[in-house]
Amino acid sequence: MIELAFLILFPAIVAFLLLALKNGQVQNAVVKIAAGLIGLATIILLITYFSSGLVLFTVPFDAAAEIMSVISLLIAGFILYLGIKQRKYLAVILITIQTLMFIGIEGWLAKDVQQVYNLFIDQFSLIMAAIVGIIGTLICVYALAYMETYHTQHPEIQDRRNIFFFMVFVFLAAMFGLIFSNNLLWVYFFWEITTLASFILIGYAKTSESTNNAFLALEMNLLGGIAFAGAIIYLLIADPTGSLLGIEQLLSSGQAFALVPAVLLSFAGITKAALMPFSSWLVGAMVAPTPVSALLHSSTMVKAGVYIIVRFAPVLSGTTEGLIIGLVGGFTFLLGSAIAISQSNAKKVLAYSTIANLGLIVACAGVGTYKLVWAAILLIIFHAIAKSLLFLCVGTVEHQIGSRNIEDMSGLIVRMPKVAVMMLVGIAGMFLAPFGMLISKWVAIEAFIEAQFGLIFVAILAFGGSITVFFWSKWMGKIISVDPHVSREEDSLKSEKKGVLYILAGLTVLICLIFPLISSSLIEPFVLSVYGQTARLSQDNIIIMAMMLFLLMIMPFSMLLPRNGARKVPPYMGGRPASSDMKFLGSMGVTRDVTLSNYYLNDLFGENRLLMAGTALGFGLILLAMIVLVGMIL
Amino acid sequence: MMSPVYGLIYILLAPIAGGLVAGIDRKITARMQGRVGPPLLQPFYDVGKLFEKENLVVTRSQDLYALCYLVFMLVAGALFFAGGDLLLVIFAFTLSHIFLVLGAYASSSPYSFIGAERELIQIIAYEPMIILSAVGMYMVTASFFVSDIVVSSIPIVLYLPGVFIGFLMVLTIKLRKSPFDLSTSHHAHQEIVKGVTTEFTGPNLGKIEIAHWYEYVFLLGFIFLFFAFSIPIALLAIAVAYLLEILIDNTFSRVKWQFTLRSAWIIAGMLGLINLAVLYYLSGGLQA
Amino acid sequence: MTYLKRSPWIIHYDASSCNGCDIEVLACLTPMYDVERFGIVNTGNPKHADIFVVTGSINEQNREVVKNIYEQMPDPKVVVAVGICAASGGVFRECYNVTGGIDKIIPVDVYVPGCAARPESIIDGIVKSLSILEEKRTKMNTPAAKKDALGGGIQ
Repeated sequence: MIELAFLILFPAIVAFLLLALKNGQVQNAVVKIAAGLIGLATIILLITYFSSGLVLFTVPFDAAAEIMSVISLLIAGFILYLGIKQRKYLAVILITIQTLMFIGIEGWLAKDVQQVYNLFIDQFSLIMAAIVGIIGTLICVYALAYMETYHTQHPEIQDRRNIFFFMVFVFLAAMFGLIFSNNLLWVYFFWEITTLASFILIGYAKTSESTNNAFLALEMNLLGGIAFAGAIIYLLIADPTGSLLGIEQLLSSGQAFALVPAVLLSFAGITKAALMPFSSWLVGAMVAPTPVSALLHSSTMVKAGVYIIVRFAPVLSGTTEGLIIGLVGGFTFLLGSAIAISQSNAKKVLAYSTIANLGLIVACAGVGTYKLVWAAILLIIFHAIAKSLLFLCVGTVEHQIGSRNIEDMSGLIVRMPKVAVMMLVGIAGMFLAPFGMLISKWVAIEAFIEAQFGLIFVAILAFGGSITVFFWSKWMGKIISVDPHVSREEDSLKSEKKGVLYILAGLTVLICLIFPLISSSLIEPFVLSVYGQTARLSQDNIIIMAMMLFLLMIMPFSMLLPRNGARKVPPYMGGRPASSDMKFLGSMGVTRDVTLSNYYLNDLFGENRLLMAGTALGFGLILLAMIVLVGMIL
Repeated sequence: MMSPVYGLIYILLAPIAGGLVAGIDRKITARMQGRVGPPLLQPFYDVGKLFEKENLVVTRSQDLYALCYLVFMLVAGALFFAGGDLLLVIFAFTLSHIFLVLGAYASSSPYSFIGAERELIQIIAYEPMIILSAVGMYMVTASFFVSDIVVSSIPIVLYLPGVFIGFLMVLTIKLRKSPFDLSTSHHAHQEIVKGVTTEFTGPNLGKIEIAHWYEYVFLLGFIFLFFAFSIPIALLAIAVAYLLEILIDNTFSRVKWQFTLRSAWIIAGMLGLINLAVLYYLSGGLQA
Repeated sequence: MTYLKRSPWIIHYDASSCNGCDIEVLACLTPMYDVERFGIVNTGNPKHADIFVVTGSINEQNREVVKNIYEQMPDPKVVVAVGICAASGGVFRECYNVTGGIDKIIPVDVYVPGCAARPESIIDGIVKSLSILEEKRTKMNTPAAKKDALGGGIQ
């Protein structure tokens, strides 16, 4: 109990401390110490509740609900003010609707509510907490060094680092709150805080582009928030005593009753997880400083979206609504991966890859058999680590070479070997055997075959999975292509940056080795407790993969073996005299440069075309789900 | 039950078998063109020679990638013949191919660069069909393990005719046969020289060639699975399928990558998926 | 036992030939002569080739190209100059921009005479070059040569 309260309250307290502090050594120290403490507390939490299963807590503090209401209203007022000031009337309308719903809930419907168990923890919460508490805090530490460079490189942007770190820590607190809350009213409160935090962080630069994108994110998330509020209203009308507001109680109340709120909450999850019709906010969020992107994509925000859907997977399982939600995820996976092929901006590639992978997680959760939930949780873990690593690598590279274009990363292995190797680890973690994401996709294929209508998803995975191979490999290729123009230049890297990158790269590899342990001690008990049965990889396969990983790690050492004289020559340029600095003699005695560029296959995988298809498909499916739902309510 | 012995046998004997297959291939191709053709053991002479040659590199890392390509090809094939999980085998093959692609990228040569891109296009063209084949086998035999599939007495090919035809189509891509020899063409000197292998010389090229042999044997082994209920029929099917590939190689001209990708996906989608859907429906998958 | 003699891969370059010899070189690959009987393959890539088959003479345009292709071939390697132009410049040797035969730029091992050289003599020349190739291989494997190769090779 005390750990939970600490993890929720401590980041919030630190956040306010940081708001008051000026930039400099103190801020630096506070962020580092706080990050360390949160990380430590997370580990203690892990150890304490490692084997305890589901534990429900009462909160002996009655005023909590009132405080939350006040904060909610303050936030609503703040957004309302900004919306009017920036003339974003859609946001104004949405926040007004949501506030009215909220006032309706608090002032009228929820008056008699006596929710006893406000907080809870189980293995799934524990996994999420580990992700937020370890990866989230690592990103905070990284952000210290990053933001300093960011402001030297962008003098036109107002230095509001205190607000930045304030929001980041509020974000962490809200995430902890979200995953530990059993009371849906509490979840809703933290949910809204993450919306606000992402809104402010995306708009950090205060340019017109970032403001617009921040409002885009806000509007889409408010739409989800309205669905969330709708779910709460539905539950309160059904049972005014509010006994069903607890997630645990709701889940055990049976599919027939819980389905309507589950679908509404899933809709909220879909907006937050930036699935297809709502994917544009996450792509737009790229304008924010890179640590924010890393935070949004890996440990917070979007993971909140999939968290809620995976929570309600048992309710969705086997229903038409669940299937439709799964399909939204599936098509997002397919189209998101395809769009990533046509992108040369590294952050956009990462964004579309995130969207795709979240789609896959939602597809698993929507269909919701026990094996798929197992796969979904694995995906959440692996994705968080590899994606945060990749974002931070891209951020580092961007500061060093002044570009986030993949084409400009040519020869990175020569220019910044350490960062390049870590980037390679991250990319390999996203799509190659025997790394994490591939294990999850593999398990998902096996699980989908047995599920109802699973063949559709198997096909989506077969095609989407191979598409991902394309864009990741060509990125890898660009990094490792040896470009003799360039020389080594990474020594100016700050130790915080390097340290965080090392830890994350180490985690990416480590987690592949110890995932059987995580699976058997956390994921399997969770799935077992929810479904009564559980999935696991066969022992043989685990051993084989460990061997492959080991082989992969020792292979680079073959470079150290003495060899009999490999002679270096310039690449073949069709017989034209070439030199090793990538120049060749053209006709009329003119020396020309060789420029190599990747395929982007815009005709087939162009962003505009596929995004339109995805949006139409996503909207269509969600509309369908809503119609089915309305049919059910009536 | 997985048996490492067969994996070991594969590691030892597959290069011999694969080299012979390549030799027979060249001989038959020559005969189809009205030539005498090279000796049957020519592929072995070629590889033997390559190891006698000097190693020229653009960058030292090419050695690593060529070696990794071979090693992981070996691992993947051994896993297949030891009776491992078919999906894991497929992913391990992808891993080894990625190393070949990376080796091509590493050299910064325009020709191998284009070859690498085309190789990737080939991978995304054939991989869905291969995965669907594995899924089809699972739907028939209820196991992903090669060891279970191979002892099954069900005539898999009768349940999966569409999948089998689709597999034969992507086999043309995997064997680097015309009309889909995009990435490392034997006939497109003007276009991309040798594509992915342009910058590999001597021993490195030899390793890649041996890896190809290992891959041939794996692919023929995959055909075997479709006919595993009867060994004579399976061997006959392998021979006929391979002859068919040689015939296709000699009668078609190379197509563009767009056609390769589209046709592979459409055929995989139409034949493979519809086949699986029918099977799914008949086996009552909808009621599961 | 050496494999080198059984698997000579060639790269063919048309320096400034009138295409006469080139047609004959290609004729060697046809069913009529079928040099693949001897394991000969036209690779089109110097990095894979053992034998450099050049037709035509050296002029200002192709001097660098011939040199480049030769440098990009891994050792051991031989050069076969096919046709009288490749051997000495032939009827073009007095032209203002013609330097002369291939041996003005790179060391030639076998000269195949003729205008145009007949396929039979081309095959003969290539087979002849195989023993030279083998000789070079033995030399390459002596310790002294190994040390030399590490030192840098051809500049």
